[in-house]
Amino acid sequence: MALLEVEDLAVTFARRGQRAVHAVDGVSFSVDAGEVVGLVGESGCGKSVTSLAIMGLLPKQPGLRVGGKAVFDGTDLLQLDDRSRRDIRGRDIAMIFQDPLSSLNPVIPIGLQVTEVLTRHRGMKGEAAAKEAAALLDRVGIPDPKRRLKEYPHQLSGGMRQRALIAMAVACQPRLLIADEPTTALDVTIQAQILELLKELVRDSGTALLMITHDLGVVAGMCDTVNVLYGGRVVETARRRPLFRQPRHPYTVGLLGSVPRLDAGRGEKLNPIPGSVRDLLPWPDGCAFAPRCARRTDECVGEPPELVHAHDGRSYRCVNPEPVPGMVPAPREEESA
Amino acid sequence: MTLSPGKKREKIDRLSELAARDDERGVSLWQEAFRRLRGNPAAIVGAVILAIFVLVAVVGPFLVPYAATDTIGIREGLIKPGVIPGPTGEHWFGYDHQGRDEFSRMIVGARQTLLVGVVSTLIGLAIGALIGGVSGAAAGLGGRWGRWVDTTLMRFIDMLLAMPSLLLAVSIAALLGASLTTVMIAVGVVSVPVFARLLRGSMISQANSDYVLAATSLGVKKSKIALTHVVPNSLAPVIVQATLTLATAIIEAAALSFLGLGNPDTAVPEWGVMLADAQQYLGIRPSLAIYPAVAIIITALGFTLLGEAMREALDPKLRK
Repeated sequence: MALLEVEDLAVTFARRGQRAVHAVDGVSFSVDAGEVVGLVGESGCGKSVTSLAIMGLLPKQPGLRVGGKAVFDGTDLLQLDDRSRRDIRGRDIAMIFQDPLSSLNPVIPIGLQVTEVLTRHRGMKGEAAAKEAAALLDRVGIPDPKRRLKEYPHQLSGGMRQRALIAMAVACQPRLLIADEPTTALDVTIQAQILELLKELVRDSGTALLMITHDLGVVAGMCDTVNVLYGGRVVETARRRPLFRQPRHPYTVGLLGSVPRLDAGRGEKLNPIPGSVRDLLPWPDGCAFAPRCARRTDECVGEPPELVHAHDGRSYRCVNPEPVPGMVPAPREEESA
Repeated sequence: MTLSPGKKREKIDRLSELAARDDERGVSLWQEAFRRLRGNPAAIVGAVILAIFVLVAVVGPFLVPYAATDTIGIREGLIKPGVIPGPTGEHWFGYDHQGRDEFSRMIVGARQTLLVGVVSTLIGLAIGALIGGVSGAAAGLGGRWGRWVDTTLMRFIDMLLAMPSLLLAVSIAALLGASLTTVMIAVGVVSVPVFARLLRGSMISQANSDYVLAATSLGVKKSKIALTHVVPNSLAPVIVQATLTLATAIIEAAALSFLGLGNPDTAVPEWGVMLADAQQYLGIRPSLAIYPAVAIIITALGFTLLGEAMREALDPKLRK
C-alpha cells in the first residue's frame, strides 16, 4: 500500500459575487515509501495548493472548500482535527519551501529555530537539543555547525539557508518530505548541491519525497514517478524514463519542447507553448489544454477527456495523444499534423 | 592615482581585514539597527539632546545654586505687584512669580517631567501591547474564536480612539482626582489605542509570512509561534512609536497641569506646571513661559528625532 494516497483532491476558493476558482480539480496520485514523486506544471496549475492542502496549511478563510482524500499511512489527513494534524506535521510529514530567506525567522538565531522542532516532537531540551541541532546542520552539509547555530538567517548564504531549512524538516526523520520548488530561489550551482543533498537524504533514510517543481531538469535528475498537472488536474502520469523518452500528452510534449537542450543546433529555436495558463477551458467543458494544444480535435471540446490507462502502467488524459513510434498511428493522425 | 605594488597589497590587506571584522560584527537585527543609527546625524542629535536631558534630570537637583522652593525674591523684597525682576548675573533666568530662582526650578523640573513622560509611556505601552498582542495573535493565528476575541478587543479600542485624546485624559484626571499618579495614568491610557492597533496590525501581517507557515508546517504550536516568531518580529514599529509617544506624553502632561489637573504639590517644579503658572504673568515677564516651553519643545524634538531615526534603522526594507 502506498504511503500517501491522494484521491480526487479538490480545492476551491469561492468569493461572494465571483465565480469560484477550482485551483485543484480532482487530483489523484500516490507516493510509495522511499519513492521520489514529481508534481510538475506551470505556475498556477495547482501544484503548491495541492501540497498545502495535504499539509492542511491553506489559510482558513470562508469560501475555501477542500474535498477528496489524502490518506497517509491509513489516516485521511483532510479529516484530522487541528491537534493531531499538528502532531503529524514535522514528525511524519515535513515540508521544504521555495524561498529560504523568508521561510526563516529573521530575528532569532538558526539554532533556536532548529531546536524548536526537536523540543516539539522529540522532547529534547537545552544541551541535548543544541548537540542534536549541530549534528543536523552537520548532516545537511553546513560547515562549522556550532558557530552557525548562533547566527541569524541574514548571515547565511542562500544555499546555507536552504540547508538549514532542510535540517529542520528532516529533524524528526519524517516518512514523507514535501519539497515545494526547493531550488527556485537559488543559483544553478547551489541548486545542484541542494538536489544532491535531498537525493542523499532520501537514499539514506528511506524518506519518501514529493517534489513539486516546474523544472523538468530537476524531475529528470531526481524523480522515480512524475505527475504532470495542468489546470488543476493530472494530465499525465508515468515513470521518469518513459515520460522523457516518449511523452504522450501534448502538454508534456510542449513542456519538454520548451526546455533548451545542449544537443540542439545553435540556430534552433525553442518551442514555447502558445498562450498562457490563464487561457484554460473549464474542465467540464472539455480539455483545459485544448485552447493551446497543437493536436486539438473537435472531440477535445464538449466533454472532459477521461484518464486513459495505457498498458505500461502510465496514464494520460487526452483523446488524441502523441503517437508512439512503431505502433499503428491513431486514425486521426493526419488531420492534426 | 597609482599605488606602488607594496602599498596596493597593504591596502587590500586592510580592506580584507575590515571585511572580516565586519563579518563578525554584523549580528542581530538590533545590533544592525544600532550600527545604522550611529551613522545618522539626526539620531545623534536626538541622542545627545536626550542624554543631556536625562543627565540634568538625574544629577541636576544636586547641583542647583538655589533650592527650588526658596522664595529669595520675596525675602529680598524684589517681587512687588506688577514687577518680576529679569535675569541677573546670579539668577540667570531671573525669578518666578514667587521669587524663586527660575534657573534652579528649570533644572529640578527636568526630573519630574522625565518621570511623567517615561512612566506614562510605559503604562500606555504595557496595556496597549497586551491588548494588541492578544488581539493580533487571536486574529492572525486563531480560528473563528480568535476572530471573535479580536473583534471584541478592537471595538473597545475603537471606543477609546473615538474620544479626543486630551478630552479623554482630562476626564480620567478629573475622575481620579488631581495627583501625579493620575496624570501618568491619564496620559498613559490615552496612548493605549495607538500601541494596541500598531502591534495588532504588525502581528497580523507577520502571521501571514513564510516563516510562520514554515513553523506551522513543522508542527510548532500556535502559542509558541505567536511568542517566539510573531511578537519579536512585530515589536520594531511599537518601540519606535514609544519614543514618539514620550514626546507627546510630556506635552500632554504639561497640558493637564496647565488645565489645573496636574500634580497639586506645587513645591515640586515641573515644566508643564511652570508653563501654566506663567500664563498669568505673560504681560509682566513673558520669558517665564518661554523657558519651560522651549525646554519642552527641545526635549520632544530629541525624542522625535531619535524615534524617526529608529524607524528608519529598523525598517527591514532598508536593510541590506
